[in-house]
Amino acid sequence: MHRATFPNRWLPWLLIAPQLAISLVFFYWPAVQALWQSTLRQDPFGLRTAFVGLANFRRVLFDPAYLNSIQVTAVFSLLTAFLSMAIALLLAVQADKIIRGRGLYRTLMIWPYAVAPAIAGMLWLFMFNPSFGTLAAIPRALGIHWDPLLNGTQAMGLVIAAASWKQISYNFLFFVAGLQAIPKSLLEASAIDGAGPAKRFWTIVFPLLAPTSFFLLVVNTVYALFDTFGIIHAVTSGGPGKSTETLVYKVYNDGFVNLLLNSSAAQSVILMVIVIALTAFQFRYVERKVHYG
Amino acid sequence: MIFRTVLAAAAAIGIAASALPASAQTQISWWHAMTGANNEVVEKIAADFNASQKDYKVAPVFKGSYPETLNAGIAAFRAGQAPHIMQVFDVGTGVMMAAEGAVKPVADVLSESGMAFDKSQYLPGIVAYYSKPDGTMLSFPYNSSSPITYINKDIFQKAGLDPNSPPKTWTEVWDMAKKIKASGAAPCGYTSTWLTWIHLENFAAWNNAPYATYENGLQPGGVPELKLNDPIYVNHFQALADLGKDGTFKYGGRTSEAKQIFLAGECGIFTESSGGLGDIVKSGMNYGIGQLPYDTDSGGPQNTIPGGASLWVFGGHSADDYKGVAAFFDYISKTDVQEFLHQKSGYLPVTLAAFEATKASGFYDKNPGRETPITQMMGKAPTENSKGVRLPNLPQVRDIANEEFEKMLAGQQDAQKTMDLIVERGNAAIKEAYGNM
Repeated sequence: MHRATFPNRWLPWLLIAPQLAISLVFFYWPAVQALWQSTLRQDPFGLRTAFVGLANFRRVLFDPAYLNSIQVTAVFSLLTAFLSMAIALLLAVQADKIIRGRGLYRTLMIWPYAVAPAIAGMLWLFMFNPSFGTLAAIPRALGIHWDPLLNGTQAMGLVIAAASWKQISYNFLFFVAGLQAIPKSLLEASAIDGAGPAKRFWTIVFPLLAPTSFFLLVVNTVYALFDTFGIIHAVTSGGPGKSTETLVYKVYNDGFVNLLLNSSAAQSVILMVIVIALTAFQFRYVERKVHYG
Repeated sequence: MIFRTVLAAAAAIGIAASALPASAQTQISWWHAMTGANNEVVEKIAADFNASQKDYKVAPVFKGSYPETLNAGIAAFRAGQAPHIMQVFDVGTGVMMAAEGAVKPVADVLSESGMAFDKSQYLPGIVAYYSKPDGTMLSFPYNSSSPITYINKDIFQKAGLDPNSPPKTWTEVWDMAKKIKASGAAPCGYTSTWLTWIHLENFAAWNNAPYATYENGLQPGGVPELKLNDPIYVNHFQALADLGKDGTFKYGGRTSEAKQIFLAGECGIFTESSGGLGDIVKSGMNYGIGQLPYDTDSGGPQNTIPGGASLWVFGGHSADDYKGVAAFFDYISKTDVQEFLHQKSGYLPVTLAAFEATKASGFYDKNPGRETPITQMMGKAPTENSKGVRLPNLPQVRDIANEEFEKMLAGQQDAQKTMDLIVERGNAAIKEAYGNM
């Protein structure tokens, strides 16, 4: 491999300095602050401060509400990542088959990605409003007592639907690109050998899409964990009860509504550890099994 | 990590806002949370004050919702960039009061500028709510509201009820709601916004029942403990839960979402803030207004406590700045300014003179019911149970109550268990909040 050489040994540092400065100011400094804050006990205004070591972590980890939040997050993230990827794959495979109006179809599929999370949440909330929502008529027609305001399972369903819907476009785009990269000759050869469409999909297309799927798995998990705050805030605000309070929502709620800044900081630190662990795990174990063609 | 970034961003915005071009005039920053028509009122009051003199310039800055404004103020204070005046909603009062080193009592601001603060000119219920136990006024009441009952007269007529007599007690509400539902006049009998504000805090004051020990947290000396599992609350919420089972009572959400249900004509009876009147008038509904219902197990209606918000002054600014703040407060206490505020925004006037002037102008004759929130707040001198609720973490206690109410209304637990859990979880949270102080 060719090694790039710079005439001056300080030049490379100078070139990456802006990026380093941004990382330090916006990522490392707040992270260090969060670590420091998580060991303190302070009133909201910061007038009285005491060092308490790991007491905030002990309190958080033994709080049944926090354990509930972990469970909520797991259910929400797994279902959102799975649904948005599965539906996107199905749509991408179908889009790959059509010849007429392909561009239009694809463009329409990509639109929802441009919708801000909070707006997406509002749209779904509106469509499924028990009193005037147009789509609320569907569960009612099926004989379901539709009341996401009080029914935790239905509320969870609603936020998962909104969060998945928004992410389908993104996944669709990558799956379409991934499908195009699969050599047509492989598919034709297997068709000649007598493999049906389902067989072709599961033995050729699906394995060859593995790098795309792996990439999307990482992106979707991170999305479901961290970027869905706006949707949850708009649709349920974590309710009813605490049935849609994810870890990120709890950080916000405890910090900004309840003004328990140190507990909120401790929760942020735990989240940070979770993200690091999750990413390390994904790259170490899952990536090994991926076949990069 | 995430919250720190937001905090830093909020502080950065605060720095930007306070770095407005300097001029010979003293700049007074006023952070507020008013939107729509109420925002126009803020802008007009500030513009009129600026035009009335040339020493000070009040600059109103919209900072988002009530909690967002409070957080922006706290973040700015921590960054050493606090605004002069900040609007804080009723439940944030305890948070601000606990921050004695951060705020400057309004009484001090006024007296240091040589302005006497005459308490007798203000509506007593409101002043008591924003004062320390020793009577020192801490914040300036800006927009105050009080919960009242609205009825849909058309639905009442259809159900065979008298549209000119709204329910006076909760028992009447339950009976009328059942009748509305049974007669098919509407799919639901009763709904309400803000269960915590209306059915806990105001319910306690209006029925003269204790919300918490130590005068609901107003008396110093110890950590207050909630009294919300007393029989009067349990019976009230059991009735509500029972009505919720067949949809006679319909839950709308934790804040003011239920207004949509009432405006859609789904329910016949509705309890909501007096500040919500504007939307109901605008909808063209044939509505009626009544007092907040009281519980027949109590000694009759006492007085309601104010909702809305007040203006707090941050400490650490120069004496000259505080003179400007005092001049501004003096200006907004003027009768014509208060009259304008009251009639335009639907909030209560804070001075007796403005109330009398509005009365004399015939406003209440033309707009029946607009007087109700004032009379129910002023009806009687407040008792130890009806001066308000003062907890350093009232927003959190409300959150806990809302969560348990939702479980109760979903049929997961009865009222006794609900109220016991609110007390248990609430007390633990209050203890922790006191530990932080």
